Amino acid sequence: MEKYLHIIGIGIQRTLVYRVNFFARSLFGLIPLTATILLWQTIYRDRIGDVAGYTLRQMISYYLIATIVDALTAVAEDDWQIAADIRDGNISQFLVKPIDYLAYRFSLYSAGRLIYTAVASVPIAIFIFCLRDYFVLPKDAAACVGFALSVAMAGLLQFLISYTMALLSFWVLEVATFIFILFAFEYLASGHLFPLDILPPVVAQALHFTPFPYLLYFPVSVYLGQATGTALWQGLAIQATWVLAAYALARFVWSRGIRKYAAFGG
Amino acid sequence: MKPSPERDDVRANDTSSLAPLNRYLGLYAALWKNSVTREMGFKSNFLLWIVVELLWFALQLTFMTVIYSHTDHIGTWTKWEVVLLVGAAHFIQQIFTALFLVNCTQLSEHIRTGKLDFMLLLPVNTRFLVSFRQVDLGGFINAASAVAVMVYAARELQLAPSAAQIAGFLALCAVGLLIHYSLMFLLAAISFWTVQAQGIVYGYYNLFNIARMPDAAFGGPFKAVFTFVLPILLVVNVPVKLLAKKLESPWEPALLLAMACACFAASELFWRFSLRRYTSASS
Repeated sequence: MEKYLHIIGIGIQRTLVYRVNFFARSLFGLIPLTATILLWQTIYRDRIGDVAGYTLRQMISYYLIATIVDALTAVAEDDWQIAADIRDGNISQFLVKPIDYLAYRFSLYSAGRLIYTAVASVPIAIFIFCLRDYFVLPKDAAACVGFALSVAMAGLLQFLISYTMALLSFWVLEVATFIFILFAFEYLASGHLFPLDILPPVVAQALHFTPFPYLLYFPVSVYLGQATGTALWQGLAIQATWVLAAYALARFVWSRGIRKYAAFGG
Repeated sequence: MKPSPERDDVRANDTSSLAPLNRYLGLYAALWKNSVTREMGFKSNFLLWIVVELLWFALQLTFMTVIYSHTDHIGTWTKWEVVLLVGAAHFIQQIFTALFLVNCTQLSEHIRTGKLDFMLLLPVNTRFLVSFRQVDLGGFINAASAVAVMVYAARELQLAPSAAQIAGFLALCAVGLLIHYSLMFLLAAISFWTVQAQGIVYGYYNLFNIARMPDAAFGGPFKAVFTFVLPILLVVNVPVKLLAKKLESPWEPALLLAMACACFAASELFWRFSLRRYTSASS
């Protein structure tokens, strides 16, 4: 365990180099967010009543919370680095050292998220402060605890999915296209574009059979108090099941890939 | 990048006023040939990238369609007008990708590796070489999918644009393209100051996101900034308004043209200013 804490330390120092980049990225990211919020404000101005059960305040809060969850869990460079490690033969050293590659990557991912969140928290906090009239706070302690749990599991799930995708490098030379194709699906199905309940009900229900809503939509809806009581615990249980399934898949793909691995350049 | 073999012949003809233009067209043709050869080396990858772009385009269309399942207008914009807008935005963005994107993102790499020194020594305008070095052919194919969506939306709107309107639309798209190019080149030139400018160039993607939104959704300072400072809101909205007969006054195209000239002038000034400060990475 201690060695992985050490890796987190190294990861923090490594990512601190990119702090300006992180800052620019989070700042630029606020531009389309502002545009989306203004777009919804225009839509609500011209209509009576809410959209699929969302008041304007809840709709704007949805996007703000989604931005926070995204900062805490999104995978930045991790998948490219894993793919490069495999392609260039760098993982050979992990096969002979007493370090587990998955745990190693997860330590680096955690370090990266820690620094990104720390850097991005300033612009995001100022942004939310400007929109404080539209920002709802969690209703009760259960929502807070549920939110914290679901964000942690969303992070795990996000990492494991990206990790497994990057492991495809054992079989194909260029994984970037596959990662982008999955990312496009994820962008819609996890609720990045809009809350999933504004989709036609059949589509929204179908999406709940995939792991994608548990990456973003579920934590946000826990925060907004849309999933309470049994629905909350049921949702967390399903999310935990997806995490375990993704973990098993990641281990399986690794064990298969390593058999195929030819240590190019290593 | 090899210097053009016909360089000396062309130089000898410099007395004719058309010669420089011909020379640069010849150079550009050679750069195209290089790019085609390079792309054909990775055919399956080339096709997969087209799939990726198609998916993202479908995603943008889905976003607007889902929004319009809950409302029938955003400001003055109806559903099919917005589909036309998203199509036109994708069209301009893909032409931009085809001609300029890689070149702009690679500038920081050229500076970091010192490759720029070599380009500065070549007997051509360096900005020309940096801006036009590579062509991304996939962009043209993706632009075709955008045209298909635009044609469909125009039919839904029962628009029957005349040849003059289409020509006007394309001309305004070209002006919009000039804005995208100038702004992105300006951002890329920041890499003369900081080595890690790729993040800044990547940030421009966020501006593409606003380009495809109907201008009537915005007001106040946001609209002012993205009309008069970074005129992204004009790039796609003005050409589409011409096509959909939504222009409120002839001043809108005039403003687009004026802002494009201003952006280009600003990027050229900044480029020259940066070059004067350039000290090279290799020495």
